[in-house]
Amino acid sequence: MSRTHGGRNALVLVAALFAFWQVVYWIVGDTALSSPLDTLAYTAKLVASENFGMHLFDTMRAFAIAFALSVAIGLAVGFWLGFDRLSGDVLEPMIVTVYAIPKLTLYPILLLAFGLGLSAKVAFGVLHGVIPIILFTLAAVRSTKPILLKTGHIMKLSRLQMIRWILFPAAVPEIFTGLRVGFSLTLIGSLLAEMFASQRGLGYLLMTGIGLHNIEQVMAVTLLIVVFAAAVSTILLQIDRRLHRNARNL
Amino acid sequence: MKRLVVYRIAVVAGLIALLEVLCLAGVIDKITMQAPHLIARDLWRLLASGKMNGAIAKTLGNTLLALLFAVGAGVIAGALLHRRRALRDTLDPLFATYYAVPVFAFYPFFIVVFGLGDLPQILIAFMLGVVAMIVNTLNGLDRVPTVLLKTARILRLGPVDTALSVTLPSAGPYLLTGVKLAVAYAFIGIIGSEFILSRGGIGYEINFAYTNFDNATMYPLIVLILLASIAINTVLSRWERTLLARRGAR
Repeated sequence: MSRTHGGRNALVLVAALFAFWQVVYWIVGDTALSSPLDTLAYTAKLVASENFGMHLFDTMRAFAIAFALSVAIGLAVGFWLGFDRLSGDVLEPMIVTVYAIPKLTLYPILLLAFGLGLSAKVAFGVLHGVIPIILFTLAAVRSTKPILLKTGHIMKLSRLQMIRWILFPAAVPEIFTGLRVGFSLTLIGSLLAEMFASQRGLGYLLMTGIGLHNIEQVMAVTLLIVVFAAAVSTILLQIDRRLHRNARNL
Repeated sequence: MKRLVVYRIAVVAGLIALLEVLCLAGVIDKITMQAPHLIARDLWRLLASGKMNGAIAKTLGNTLLALLFAVGAGVIAGALLHRRRALRDTLDPLFATYYAVPVFAFYPFFIVVFGLGDLPQILIAFMLGVVAMIVNTLNGLDRVPTVLLKTARILRLGPVDTALSVTLPSAGPYLLTGVKLAVAYAFIGIIGSEFILSRGGIGYEINFAYTNFDNATMYPLIVLILLASIAINTVLSRWERTLLARRGAR
């Protein structure tokens, strides 16, 4: 019942956003904005064009590597800080603070360190995505029910066995939330890196769109990015909610 | 608690010392990064010379403006949505996926519509901040105890009195969480958009220094932004914690 409601809400919302866009188009006019239909048509043309595949591939490659690294580093650091009470207490507030700084200003440092190209983009994506994964994993490990840990101790599990059979399964819903947030932030990070300095990718297409005053291109790429991000995030959110519901029912 | 603070300072000092050693030993070359003590010296000179005062004032002014709009609009929208269940349900998917969408992707589009002035930057910062404020306002209003509202009705308080003496004190800590997030987002929005494309402000100066290989300006400015955002965030977090403690939520 609630699921059909959710679907209806999302549909109403999308329709309302498109209506809003059309109304703004009527007010602002052709010079600054292209209409929803024109944008969709241009998007179709853009996606079919020959170079687009290269730009998309470039963005997706940087994003995929960055996300894989974020997950690996985030889980490792998160489990460590969750286990080791003292390190966790010392470092957690510092990591939270780093979360709130405008990381875009750090990008020049990354560019100087990694050079203009894939590795700088990946590093910037990781910088954005790794922190929520660390924080959620840490919280998940710490909030594991003590009785589960005690059972593990009684069974004389080693540290690795403890992670494999007790902590990880118990922490999965929370960790998944971290991965969901980390996914969006990594995407944002990689795109921002491309907007600031790169020769390829969707972010680069956005910036050349401005340079050439090609409004349709700017809007088409923005639309693609927004639709992709919103769609993936909605799917992840559904899985996330189901995991949490199942965990509660245990 | 005191011991943790000492450890934290030790970690930061250790990292800075490590950078210093790496820079002096030539592992990190001069083009990539200057030694921390030189950065500190340059920052002092830069601030003392007053060269950056204009840029700092511009960035802070825009951030403040965006913050005021975001907090004002967020609280009002949150209060209105709290009474409109159907509308709130419809907007729920938007709020849930909002921060997964790279808001900066709209920046090129805003430049096309509004021109390359302060307005697109303020709009980006506003868009980043306002949803955090709305969500936290809703959260705070949800947690006002029903018994207090009933008491207010029995005492025949008017809507203004109820808001001032019942709703606001109860929802206060959550509103402050919203403000804290809005501050961080407004800062990120302004500096980020200055950085991508603009005609002034600290973000612009960093970008300019980066393009000119002017590390003696770039690193001090980056450090300045880091210090500023860390300071603001720490103060607000501390205030939030005392408010929550007073309300007994923790």
